Amino acid sequence: MKELKLMKGNEAIAHAAIRCGVDGYFGYPITPQSEIMETLMEEQPWLDTGMVVLQAESETASINMVYGGAGCGKKVMTSSSSPGVSLMQEGLSYMAGAELPCVVVNVVRGGPGLGTIQPAQSDYFQSVKGGGHGDYKLITLAPASVQEMADFVDLAFELSFKYRNPAMILSDGVIGQMMEKVELQPFKPRMTEEEIVAKYGDWATTGRTSNRKRNVITSVSLDSEYMEEHNHKLQAKYKACEEDEVRYEEIMCEDADYILVAYGSSARICQKAVEIAREQGIKAGLLRPITLFPFPTKQLQKLAQSAKAMLSVEMSAGQMVEDVKLSVNGAIPVEHYGRIGGIIPSPGEVVDALKSNFIQG
Amino acid sequence: MDIKDIIKDENVIYKKSAVLTDNEMHYCPGCTHGVVHKLIAEVIEELGIQDTTIGIAPVGCAVFAYDYLEIDWQEAAHGRAPALATAVKRLMPEKMVFSYQGDGDLAAIGTAETIHACNRGENIVMVFINNGIYGMTGGQMAPTTLQGMKASTCPFGREPQQDGFPLKITEILATLPGTSFVTRQSCHTAASVRKTKKALIKAFKNQQAGKGTSLVEVVATCSSGWKQSPTKSNDWMVENMFPFYPLGDLKDE
Amino acid sequence: MKEEIIIAGFGGQGVLSMGKILAYSGVMQDMEVSWMPSYGPEMRGGTANVTVILSDDRISSPILHEYDTAIILNQQSLNKFEKEIKPGGILLYDGNGIQNHPTRKDIRIYRIDAAAEAAKMQSAKTFNMIVLGAYLKVQPIVKMENVLKGLKSSLPERHHHLIPLNEKAINRGEEIVYEVK
Repeated sequence: MKELKLMKGNEAIAHAAIRCGVDGYFGYPITPQSEIMETLMEEQPWLDTGMVVLQAESETASINMVYGGAGCGKKVMTSSSSPGVSLMQEGLSYMAGAELPCVVVNVVRGGPGLGTIQPAQSDYFQSVKGGGHGDYKLITLAPASVQEMADFVDLAFELSFKYRNPAMILSDGVIGQMMEKVELQPFKPRMTEEEIVAKYGDWATTGRTSNRKRNVITSVSLDSEYMEEHNHKLQAKYKACEEDEVRYEEIMCEDADYILVAYGSSARICQKAVEIAREQGIKAGLLRPITLFPFPTKQLQKLAQSAKAMLSVEMSAGQMVEDVKLSVNGAIPVEHYGRIGGIIPSPGEVVDALKSNFIQG
Repeated sequence: MDIKDIIKDENVIYKKSAVLTDNEMHYCPGCTHGVVHKLIAEVIEELGIQDTTIGIAPVGCAVFAYDYLEIDWQEAAHGRAPALATAVKRLMPEKMVFSYQGDGDLAAIGTAETIHACNRGENIVMVFINNGIYGMTGGQMAPTTLQGMKASTCPFGREPQQDGFPLKITEILATLPGTSFVTRQSCHTAASVRKTKKALIKAFKNQQAGKGTSLVEVVATCSSGWKQSPTKSNDWMVENMFPFYPLGDLKDE
Repeated sequence: MKEEIIIAGFGGQGVLSMGKILAYSGVMQDMEVSWMPSYGPEMRGGTANVTVILSDDRISSPILHEYDTAIILNQQSLNKFEKEIKPGGILLYDGNGIQNHPTRKDIRIYRIDAAAEAAKMQSAKTFNMIVLGAYLKVQPIVKMENVLKGLKSSLPERHHHLIPLNEKAINRGEEIVYEVK
């Protein structure tokens, strides 16, 4: 049965995790996302679904617990905020190398360093370009509402298992801390041991039974020939992902002269900016990437044929703008507008930036 | 008498454990890893837990441990084996889970994971090979390198003011309420090998009984790192390592 | 119908929970709602504010630079938000501790002496409900029955015995709010 609730984005993540049959959550407290683990502990899902929830000694331990769980074919996840996610990069690289599925939620705060606890989108590069060492990508979903925080948990698991690669839900302090109405999905049972063996028995470490050879989860090989082949295999997965998994939302783009490109909370702000601009007679539209990797490159190329210019709006010093520029490839001007260090731009500021970049100038 | 008359089941007095693979081990002559691998394989076979045991391999010389035991394995990032083992055991409590780590892995880079897994009393077996040196990377100083002992990153001998003191992590772990069995063994004589096997059996049985963390340290040699022959290494270990890392049970509850 | 509200004051004044009750009331009335707090270690004593939007349509930005209504509970917040009220909008404030009163002429200004009233009611915790009552009087965007439902949903079960007291405080706020001309 579907239920309508009013809750914070962080709480929605926790409830969605329990409902979509997650086997384990391993995390370490950090603002502004601690409500995720707090909600899970409050809900005590181990009593109902058998889900394991464990507070680890660090983000390093969390992600490696996730590695261990994922290696058993389990649906496991963690969540953190920027400094903690930096600590997880080693584990994420290992998981991408070992082809393990998992979901990591990053409720981004401003950096660098300990930075601020206020919202930011300055971890875009870290998420979509890999983040740790080696050639790999994280499937990256950018929720722009509490509803999407809930919905993307299941979607992220689906994609991460489909491609056997970690998936990131790249949120921020705004979406994590705000409350909106959310419709929670019906409960989905956790997979049984038999189901896991049947589905993932060719790789998961569920115990080597006499009918098969041992399964080994590893990311190491001293054989460079093999390693090159393995890397090609990973790259082929990312290419397939780029072909099949791009998701985006367009708002008033059809007749737009100016396209705002924004994800997550910035997309919400830009949606309002589009409304304000239209009231002022400026034909603005919004392209909101829902998947940041894979990036909606083709759609941006298409829009560049009809629009005059694009403005990438991010709470960063200009990260996604590089991908927008690569997509558009010089066809039309692309500029960046953003606030940094935990400051959230207002819709009015965005309209002013649009005008000063492309209209009054 | 023909050789075929000799090779008969009833004449077997010793054979390789079926849990050991046929892969040739990459370890140096005289290395203790091979012996401990063999013991774990025998214990798994004797307890009949081959199809339920999951091993967690370290980074270090034993990084390819998964090539040698025919069980499911996960290879961990450096120092993180106890974190992996924690999750595997918690998500599949009916399985048998052990981690296998060297001194750098368990007592330097992974100290936090080690202490916290033990402190939570994770119901796992931790095997700890302590040879006081980094073998895989070529003989650098380990947290357990003895005072005055030479390594490539303390070429004139470990000097506490510069390098700190050798770390008795096993003694620390024995103080934690989460551990139930903490022991220090060796594999330099036939008798000591038998004792180590007994300790491993107890550790795995403890896990079956849900007793919390069991830690089996094996004080080991590294002929390549110590730059001594295997037999000399054993003598050096007895003379130098054992006085600082005395053998025996530190805790058995 | 859309109402964009900022509620601002000291941490511990019940700013966030007042916003939460308002948001829940909107949900009970089948409206779209958003509740966006300032967050962080400013739980007690520091400044706290929350943006609440109630709307018949999908809400775009939960972050705003101008508001239909500002509910202001301390001087710092008055200084910050008076200028961010849309022309023709509403400023509702508690006079307690205010040295520099609002000066704008293009907005409607209401005053509620909720701190003083809460002291009279001998229940400091009813303070924010008195303010909420005052707000609902000047801007009856949600029906009282939905506010009571919202109150029930936002309060943990163990606090449900406090609902009658809160209702009384809301009513009192409605009675004593007055327009400053």
